[in-house]
Amino acid sequence: MASILSPTTSGYSPRRKSRFSRYVIFGLLVAATLFYLAPVYVMVINGLKDKSYMTLAGMWNLPRDLGGGGFPVAWEVLSPNIWASLRMVIPAAILSSLLGAVNGYLLSKWKFRGSDIIFTLILFGMFIPYQAILIPLIRTLDLVGLYGSWKGLVMVHVIYGIPIASLIFRNYFTNVPSELVEAARIDGAGLIQTFFQIMLPLSLPAFVVVGIFQFTNIWNDFLFGVTVVFSPADQPVTVALNNLNGTNSVDWTVVMAAAVLSALPTALVYIFLGRFFIRGLLAGSMKG
Amino acid sequence: MGANLQVRALSKAFDNTVAVDDVSLDVSPGEFLSLLGPSGCGKTTTLRLIAGLERADDGEIVIDGREVTNVPPQRRMLGMVFQQYALFPNLTAYENIAFALRVRRQSKSEVARRVGELLAVVHLEDAAGRYPHQLSGGMQQRVALARALAAEPPLLLLDEPLSALDAAIRDELRTELRRLQRQLELTVIYVTHDQAEAMAISDRIVVMDRGTVNQIGSPQELYDRPATRFSASFIGASNRRLTTVELVDGEPTISWGTARLPVTPNGAVNPGSTVLAVWRPEAAAVSALLPESAVTAAMPSALRGRIELVTFLGPITRLDVRVDGDDEPVLVDLVSAAAAHLEAGQVITVTVPPDAIRIYT
Repeated sequence: MASILSPTTSGYSPRRKSRFSRYVIFGLLVAATLFYLAPVYVMVINGLKDKSYMTLAGMWNLPRDLGGGGFPVAWEVLSPNIWASLRMVIPAAILSSLLGAVNGYLLSKWKFRGSDIIFTLILFGMFIPYQAILIPLIRTLDLVGLYGSWKGLVMVHVIYGIPIASLIFRNYFTNVPSELVEAARIDGAGLIQTFFQIMLPLSLPAFVVVGIFQFTNIWNDFLFGVTVVFSPADQPVTVALNNLNGTNSVDWTVVMAAAVLSALPTALVYIFLGRFFIRGLLAGSMKG
Repeated sequence: MGANLQVRALSKAFDNTVAVDDVSLDVSPGEFLSLLGPSGCGKTTTLRLIAGLERADDGEIVIDGREVTNVPPQRRMLGMVFQQYALFPNLTAYENIAFALRVRRQSKSEVARRVGELLAVVHLEDAAGRYPHQLSGGMQQRVALARALAAEPPLLLLDEPLSALDAAIRDELRTELRRLQRQLELTVIYVTHDQAEAMAISDRIVVMDRGTVNQIGSPQELYDRPATRFSASFIGASNRRLTTVELVDGEPTISWGTARLPVTPNGAVNPGSTVLAVWRPEAAAVSALLPESAVTAAMPSALRGRIELVTFLGPITRLDVRVDGDDEPVLVDLVSAAAAHLEAGQVITVTVPPDAIRIYT
């Protein structure tokens, strides 16, 4: 009886089984990672290749030499638009975060009659597809004299970012004890002083989340960039990248290098601030 | 000098639940008034209405002759300490205390002077640069108190400020709070559900029940002469029984177990009516200590019973006595020295003076 039940004699070992399942899980994770990184690999190595070695059959092969491939040309072509994107993305992300913070603060801590309805209406903006509002958007921008300018594009992204930013900040502030606001009011602070002196410094995790979210979203936008801004030099990098796709022949090393360059800022933001992003998303979900 | 506070017919309901119902108070300058009652009795809502953190449905609040019922909290000139301290986590102890002064745009030197003074008052000079999470519960509460006092408010509101603290720190802070209140001649409204705390610290206590004021009086008055059944049950330990009043030789008595105790009702009581009889454990005297075999004769005007439990509580000793014919033991508190020779199982007689028994119709 003992020999039947004995793990050593029967070949059954919980530890061995657990190790096996761990190998399977790791194997699957590595396979998934390779699958997701494959396009990045193709972009980087083909961007580094010399134009003469660029073939469809050899697209998985490593470059023969490290001469920079299509990167110098890609940088030369794209750099004005990378700066144009940064000039547009940074203020748009900051402004929409700030407005979202104000909305979140008012909708969570200074509730008024009808505030829940207003919140629902603000959230509704998240579900309207970009294409649906293009015509009224352009009419409005034309009306305020911003159609065709990168400043108009900033305004569009600020407004389009308000719903998600308001949602994140409202949820964040809901978890901040109301007693802090009440204590500030008792101490003589009004709505604005309480916001700037107490709530804003406490909302750094939410700012990181909204900031990363907005930066990535706005950077990756193509539709508003191509419709709102006329001047090629002022258009965002996504539009410039698309314009590399020439009508007669395409230099794929340059296109690949340009794709890497245009994806780099959002990747860097996530690499350096990603841990704050995760922490910020979790902030307020747990007490203590 | 503390403020004069008048609350007139204050009412507040949340949805269909009445939290505060027609509450009126008159608090003198420099008075320490406690709002005492069980959870949900409306004491915190009353305090929040006074603070302006809730809007009253009805009634008015007057501070130093100025009607403030609809004035926002930041313009009422009062200080408040919250149950969970509500210290600003992004500010140091110094900055927390300075907050109210900076909001009022006081000069840097004046802020430094006042904060230094308050840090000394609450004995936290060494903790000025620490953030709330670096302070113990007691220290956090001291900072909260100093913050509430920073702008020198004539009226200080405290919402169960000591309830989250250990017993020893609570006692120490309670004494300190009382000392400060006297020293600064502040008017204080103090919310607590702890009747011992309210007794120890207050000039007057407002007993609240289901949103209404049940009784207002000094701790001594409330303890000795509770005006209502609720006050009698809520404040202090007591022996309580529902019983009937009967006349014996023309004198009113109540039945308690097999005994019939003479009483002197504090109001008109009809013979035969059911009443609540209440007496304090320390009001009784163990007038005779008899061996069980000797207890034969009926002693109708005293309770006779067996000691079930002897609990030594330091200066006093509490006896749980199972009285003949009664379902529950009665409590009797004796000075410990007088109870030294008592032990469980002994049979004793307990005499309760007629005027110590309060009758509630």
